[in-house]
Amino acid sequence: MSAPAAPSLLPLLAVLVSLAAVPLILLSSRSPRLRETWTLAAAAAKFGLVLALLPGALRGRIAVFDLFEIVPGVRLELRADPLGVLFALVASGLWILTSLYSIGYTRGLNEHKQTRYFAFFAVCLSATVGIAFAANLVTFILFYEILTIATYPLVIHKETPEAVSAGRKYLAFTLSAGVLLIAAAAWSFLLVGDLDFKPGGIFSGAALAGKTAVPLFLLFLGGVGVKSAVMPLHSWLPTAMVAPTPVSALLHAVAVVKAGVFGLVRVVAFVFGPDLLRRFHLDTVLIVFAVTTILVGSLLALRQDNLKRRLAYSTVSHLSYIILGTALLSGPALIGALLHLAFHATMKITLFFCAGAIYVRLHRENVSELNGIGKAMPWTMAAFTLGSLGLCGVPPLNGFLSKWFLGSAAVGTGRPLLAGVLILSGLLNAAYLLPIVQRSFFRRGSGLEGRREASPWMVVPLVLTAVLTLVLGLFPGTFHRLAGRVAAGIFGG
Amino acid sequence: MIPTNAPALAPLIFLFAALIIPLAAFKVRRLAWVLAIAAAAAAAAVSVWNIFRVLESGTFHYRFGGWPPPLGIEYVLDPLSAFITAVINLTALVVLVHSHLTVAAELPERKHVPYYALVMLMMSGFNGIVLTGDFFNLYVFLEIASLALYGLIAVGDRKSPVAAFRYLVIGMVGGGFYLLGVGFLYINSGSLNMADLKAILPAVGAGPEIIVALCFMVLGFGIKMALFPLHGWLPDAYTYAPTATSSLMAPIGTKIGAYGLLRVLFFVFGVNFVTRTVPLAQVVSWLAAAGILYGSIMAMAQDELKRMLAFSSIAQVGYIGLGIGLANSLGLLGAVLHVLNHGLMKACLFLVAGNFRLRLGHSRIRALDSGARRRMPWTSAAFTLAALSMIGLPPTVGFFSKWYLALGTIRNRSWVFLAVILASSLLNAVYFFRVIERLYLRPALRDNEGREAEGRTEAAPSMLLPTLVLAASLIVIGLLNAVIVNGLLVRFLPPGLEIVFP
Amino acid sequence: MRDFLVGHYFYWFIFLLMTIGLAGIILKRNLIKKVIGMSILQVAIILFFVASASKWDATVPILDPALGAADVTKYINPLPHCLMLTAIVVGVATSGVAFALIIMIWRRFRTLDENELLEKLKHDPD
Repeated sequence: MSAPAAPSLLPLLAVLVSLAAVPLILLSSRSPRLRETWTLAAAAAKFGLVLALLPGALRGRIAVFDLFEIVPGVRLELRADPLGVLFALVASGLWILTSLYSIGYTRGLNEHKQTRYFAFFAVCLSATVGIAFAANLVTFILFYEILTIATYPLVIHKETPEAVSAGRKYLAFTLSAGVLLIAAAAWSFLLVGDLDFKPGGIFSGAALAGKTAVPLFLLFLGGVGVKSAVMPLHSWLPTAMVAPTPVSALLHAVAVVKAGVFGLVRVVAFVFGPDLLRRFHLDTVLIVFAVTTILVGSLLALRQDNLKRRLAYSTVSHLSYIILGTALLSGPALIGALLHLAFHATMKITLFFCAGAIYVRLHRENVSELNGIGKAMPWTMAAFTLGSLGLCGVPPLNGFLSKWFLGSAAVGTGRPLLAGVLILSGLLNAAYLLPIVQRSFFRRGSGLEGRREASPWMVVPLVLTAVLTLVLGLFPGTFHRLAGRVAAGIFGG
Repeated sequence: MIPTNAPALAPLIFLFAALIIPLAAFKVRRLAWVLAIAAAAAAAAVSVWNIFRVLESGTFHYRFGGWPPPLGIEYVLDPLSAFITAVINLTALVVLVHSHLTVAAELPERKHVPYYALVMLMMSGFNGIVLTGDFFNLYVFLEIASLALYGLIAVGDRKSPVAAFRYLVIGMVGGGFYLLGVGFLYINSGSLNMADLKAILPAVGAGPEIIVALCFMVLGFGIKMALFPLHGWLPDAYTYAPTATSSLMAPIGTKIGAYGLLRVLFFVFGVNFVTRTVPLAQVVSWLAAAGILYGSIMAMAQDELKRMLAFSSIAQVGYIGLGIGLANSLGLLGAVLHVLNHGLMKACLFLVAGNFRLRLGHSRIRALDSGARRRMPWTSAAFTLAALSMIGLPPTVGFFSKWYLALGTIRNRSWVFLAVILASSLLNAVYFFRVIERLYLRPALRDNEGREAEGRTEAAPSMLLPTLVLAASLIVIGLLNAVIVNGLLVRFLPPGLEIVFP
Repeated sequence: MRDFLVGHYFYWFIFLLMTIGLAGIILKRNLIKKVIGMSILQVAIILFFVASASKWDATVPILDPALGAADVTKYINPLPHCLMLTAIVVGVATSGVAFALIIMIWRRFRTLDENELLEKLKHDPD
């Protein structure tokens, strides 16, 4: 199915609007209020622009903006196809909430270098939406690498030795991945001479031999696997948790890691195509990686005492849900995967927001110190509970929905064992998240006298994301239709 | 301007400037810099104009004294030489603007006038090397440029004469080898004209004398371009030379050797000869790959910024050598584009080192801290951008060099070289982030009274502007690289290597 | 083989001369001796060109009415000689610059011995 393309400035504007906010943010470094206003305005504008692309994507009219030839044979081009719109919608929508939350967080902790913080945050969002709308591999790599570099100042924001070494590790992993991706893209270019993402795969017409396809796929996997934290390439993610919590929330639960997973979906469905992967059993390779990551990630999460690290391992494991759904190579599975891409974002961001609120209020980072805080911070912990239940897959929260799709697709493609993996992982989720809820509400804590909720700047966003978890669970229509369009484009029907 | 004289114009402008500067600036020393800038600007304008003329009406030939080749000396302005002259003259112009203050600060006043005169002489030599179509003429210009360069290095800091002497010895041997190669070639073919030789050589065949000639010439150019393991002269020369000299020769100097190599291998001997008959291209690419790794690893261990950049140059010249050695159209495109890209990046980085030296009094990496960055925010930003480009992150120029070279290695199925290119960009990340981390994250040292050195002492506009122009060009040229490649570079490709984009 | 060896006897001398020059550059520790080695190398190359121009039974390339201009085998090739004029100039200039540098080095470090120089450089501040 080739959707009619409509030239439109909207994708470009959606990418650029946050970039345009950067100089404004830098110029108003003296006035925090102005700086925050710019951030919020850019976030709102970005979300509005992406929202404006939504009807077209749903109707199958793809907005395209073609800039110029970036290297001979490849153009710098933005294309708001349903998959891209879905990802951009998630990232830009949650950016608004994260911006609000960031304001509360940075004020609450009296953070240093807030200008740099907000400026690079805006760059990251530009890059993320650029990744979402990239029409070909070179454009994708361009934004992917910008995202890598723009995230670095946020990871090392605290400038402690620990943060600096985390930043090094982050760069070592992501830059290596970028290099592999470039090699993979260059190779693909020489093979087929065309790098434009196509539903069903760039390689669908080319008869690739196994000795080409397999190494090429592994190169791609290395390239996008780091950001999507596939084991054994995941270890940068828990380390990067040294970043300020809003960064962990939006970037390390939504934008950056999802950019990796999004890239994997692009590679699987738009570069290689299902047929090629099946022919060389590459889907099995991917499934093995994903299953390992899901289970081992959950098990490692159980052992973490640091709340953010526990959430990070949980992210590692949940990202592989999406990879698993992609690797199953069927329409319903892909829908499940894409739904999880969106829904996991709302759930995980809630949890990170809560962790941040606790940190700002109580300066507590470890699970073992959270006894009884439910009484001091009822709204926060209520939201945390909702997010946790969502991740465990309790209906009617949205986590249930995506897992249901994934599970039924696993059975539908004749791999019921994988549904078992999902159930097992759900139990593990419960095992590492619900004790936190239990501690906070049912154990008696100390040192909490006179402690209240964090500032409304923080509580409101986290309650909103928690409510979003519920709302999207009840009314998943838009996302479901978008995901359905993507799946229909690739698998037909 | 006289269109038919166009090829000879750029070297002659510099040559005359070299003569006029000592005369005119005899009384008024400040005139030297002004004249140098004027000459560089004129030459840059001519060479940019030449590009358009070549695009319009093809290759130009200029016969000196009206003697037809192969008897007379011929200057050839083809897309490749037009491109390279434009690159070197524009870079020289930008660097010369910057050098005003560093020369004033680093050199005693009586040396200013000869300094600029020598710079002009060197540029004249470089332009001549690129434009000439005659092998012996090339040798003469090579020596003119080298002799000027020895002088330019030797006026640096205390150790610079030693570095210059070492460069002189090695450079003389390199020039000698080249001349010997030319001799063998001449004895066996009776011609010194490149185009003529190209026609004759197939008939001469691949006798041992021809192979020896080729090897000697490659050896000579290898020394001039600091191809590993012939790079011994480079680190000291770059480190101890005055800032103005190192920022001129790092982006330009070694590229001239690379250009000579390219000419000899593909435009005179031809692809088949250098890959099949004598697998010299493969040798070059292996040496280049070794140089990439060696330079990158050595760069990590350096404490002096200029020295780090010098080793980084060895690695980057390796990129060019590798692209040449791949002997396919994509590799050559990558190599020639990298001449431009690396020229811009390295010039920018050396200008940054110069700014640090002038304002902070040093450019030692270990002594850099966030205080330096606070004092010189724009310089630090330019450094960061250039460093990102060296690492090869899009949309800076470094990414695109890497892209074409990666395409070239994959086309040849040379996985080792692909791995080397990719690994090198990670090594670049290691040693550049070492500096960036210090500049941005290391708390500023406090002075004796416990205060941080306050105030912004950013480099003067005449230094900052060239630095920023170069930094900005890294992105602009990066985005426009398809224009340059499609519009100009694909036309230079030698026969047998026409571009085929899949 | 014998013909090749004997016929090229002059080139073997040139080869020997080059080797001596290179050995001087590489092995001698004194900078001035290095320059001498350089000059020997240069002379070898110049002789190489000049030797290549010679022909048996040919005379200097000045038009001799008795010989006429038609037969080029009667005159030796003038071009290498012309080229070498330039090369000699280059060689002289190189030596000149080299000596200037040596003077600078002597003034600053008071030695021309390479090893001593390296030792001094190592302990030199800056």
